[in-house]
Amino acid sequence: MRSMLDEPRAFRIQPARLSVRFTPRAVLAVVAMIVVGTVVGVWTLSTGRAGIPASEVIEALLGGGSDRNRMIVVDWRLPRLLLAVLLGGALGVSGAVFQSLSRNPLGSPDIIGFTTGAATGALFVILVRSGSGTDVAVGAVIGGFVSAVLVYALAYRRGLATYRLVLVGVALSAMFVSVNEWLILQAELDDAAMAHVWQLGNLNSLGWTEVHIVSITLAVLVPAAIWLNRPMQMMEMGDDTARSLGIPVERMRIGLILVGIGLVAVATAIAGPIAFVALAAPQLAHRLTRTPGLSVGPAAAMGAVLLVVSDAAAQRFTETQMPVGVITVSIGGIYLVWLLFSEKRRST
Amino acid sequence: MALYLGIALAGIAVAAAASLAIGSEPISPDLVLHAVRGGEALPGSPEAHAHAVVIDQRLPRTILGIAAGAALGLAGALMQALTRNPLADPGLLGINAGATFAVVLSITYLGVGSPAGYVWFALPGALLGALVVYSIGAAGRDGPTPVRLALSGIAVSAVLIGLTSGLLLSDIDTFDGYRVWTVGALAGRRLTGFGPAFALVAAGSVVALALGRSLNVIGMGEDQARSLGVNVARTRLLSVAAVTLLCGATTAMAGPIGFVGLMVPHLARAITGHDQRWALPFSGVFGVILVLASDIIGRVVAHPTELQLGLVTAFVGGPVLVGLARSTKLNLR
Repeated sequence: MRSMLDEPRAFRIQPARLSVRFTPRAVLAVVAMIVVGTVVGVWTLSTGRAGIPASEVIEALLGGGSDRNRMIVVDWRLPRLLLAVLLGGALGVSGAVFQSLSRNPLGSPDIIGFTTGAATGALFVILVRSGSGTDVAVGAVIGGFVSAVLVYALAYRRGLATYRLVLVGVALSAMFVSVNEWLILQAELDDAAMAHVWQLGNLNSLGWTEVHIVSITLAVLVPAAIWLNRPMQMMEMGDDTARSLGIPVERMRIGLILVGIGLVAVATAIAGPIAFVALAAPQLAHRLTRTPGLSVGPAAAMGAVLLVVSDAAAQRFTETQMPVGVITVSIGGIYLVWLLFSEKRRST
Repeated sequence: MALYLGIALAGIAVAAAASLAIGSEPISPDLVLHAVRGGEALPGSPEAHAHAVVIDQRLPRTILGIAAGAALGLAGALMQALTRNPLADPGLLGINAGATFAVVLSITYLGVGSPAGYVWFALPGALLGALVVYSIGAAGRDGPTPVRLALSGIAVSAVLIGLTSGLLLSDIDTFDGYRVWTVGALAGRRLTGFGPAFALVAAGSVVALALGRSLNVIGMGEDQARSLGVNVARTRLLSVAAVTLLCGATTAMAGPIGFVGLMVPHLARAITGHDQRWALPFSGVFGVILVLASDIIGRVVAHPTELQLGLVTAFVGGPVLVGLARSTKLNLR
């Protein structure tokens, strides 16, 4: 016999799962982030060794203007900006997924070992096989995937408790770091210096080829992330609660882990391990939108803005085109201090 | 218990002897003995070569290993006792990263060029690293749980390492020196100028060993400790000071070395139980044995090259941390 009580509950959940709820504040925050990103983006396109007024930049983007302007803006500067947007967004989403899974604002992929594993794969390719380009990307993806499988397998013990995932990640991360240091130590100084720059995360010398690769991968991963967003938010309330709401927790968790790793692997393969975007973006977006749980949309927007602004600073405010990773790491430091003080205030 | 400690101390002697005798270059025990006794050696003779290897290379790294091992073992035990956190370790909780960052700052901006000079920067760096990590880990409702502290340590370390890397971009020579130092190695260090660092390790060790009784009482609960007349604040302060001295000096001398401080206290407590008066000295002794053994393993395993100490301890300690994480007895949440 079907109880009358079951019926309305089922009705309430179905539409909730399909609809995406927007609060006015969240919409406003995302719009503000897009505006900031666009302004800084246009500014990066128009400045540099050759200054081009913003009006001519927009003209060139629309296919008009002089050949010279089109070459500088569209062929040289635009792919880098697009990569900053795409990879920043990917890192933001990946961070949201991992922080939500670990139910901890510090549990992002760069903290719990996946990024270091990816770096080990890439360093191995650069320093031992003297490969470059695609080989490095493949090495990074394999390294990240292997480390993720190891972390997951070693943390699994009648289910996947969060604290175990984090601690196993920390342990393996330390081992990968020491392998990385050793690889750098064994190499010739010039190779080592090159690997060192790669290890910081860098958008220098990337072009349209990379934009295409990233776009194709994200076309698969981003819809998956959006589809998983809702179960992810429910799982944040606790596995038992989520289970009672009819969510297959273990399967969703594996799906989320795969998407999270895929996103961070793409970014690492293309640009090296850019630190702290994945850590800071979801939380900053969360505080800005004041939504109850982490959400992939604002996290993506915030990640993109962070990386666009960081790369603009790396290109324009340093004499020697610093790797963007140096800027993001500094932002990460400021973010941690801010986290410290804001948590202090909340707890007292 | 004293008997066990005696056996453990004998273990140090064995490990030290092995550290002199075993290396990537095989030298017969006779020649090693000859060199240690300071026997005569003609230039170019096998004895002279043995002297060069044993006295000039292996002896300094053995002495350094003893100091570093004792310091890291004691520091780990002290941190675990003080914070009641079974995962406390100078590498995990940002102390090594803080010291490293300060040292690289001193090299880059002040042109400091020797470990003797590094010490004075490593100490404040170590202290700051520890305080920041602890504050971030302790903020929030749950307080400083082991997992929160570990995450906080990794996050702060990552920032510091990233900034360190950024500083190194501009100068390839500094980078070359850094990559050798940062793996955490005993090899290739000359002992001249290490006097202050050794003195700091000794001072830190004395303070640490003297705190055993107070830490025992504090372990029973702070109110209990106060009623028994233990000055909780003073004990905390002295512990932090000792940890800073031990870790800062060690990092300056040998580079950042992780996991010794994590593993050794667990081993020690398996023998002594939670009596800190015994757990502390055992941790120091086991630290020495672990460091010397790891260093020897590093010389032999990857023949003809060497694996640096920090790498070996990471590969011994990483699985131990995984084991602790999987253990059902500890409450780590």
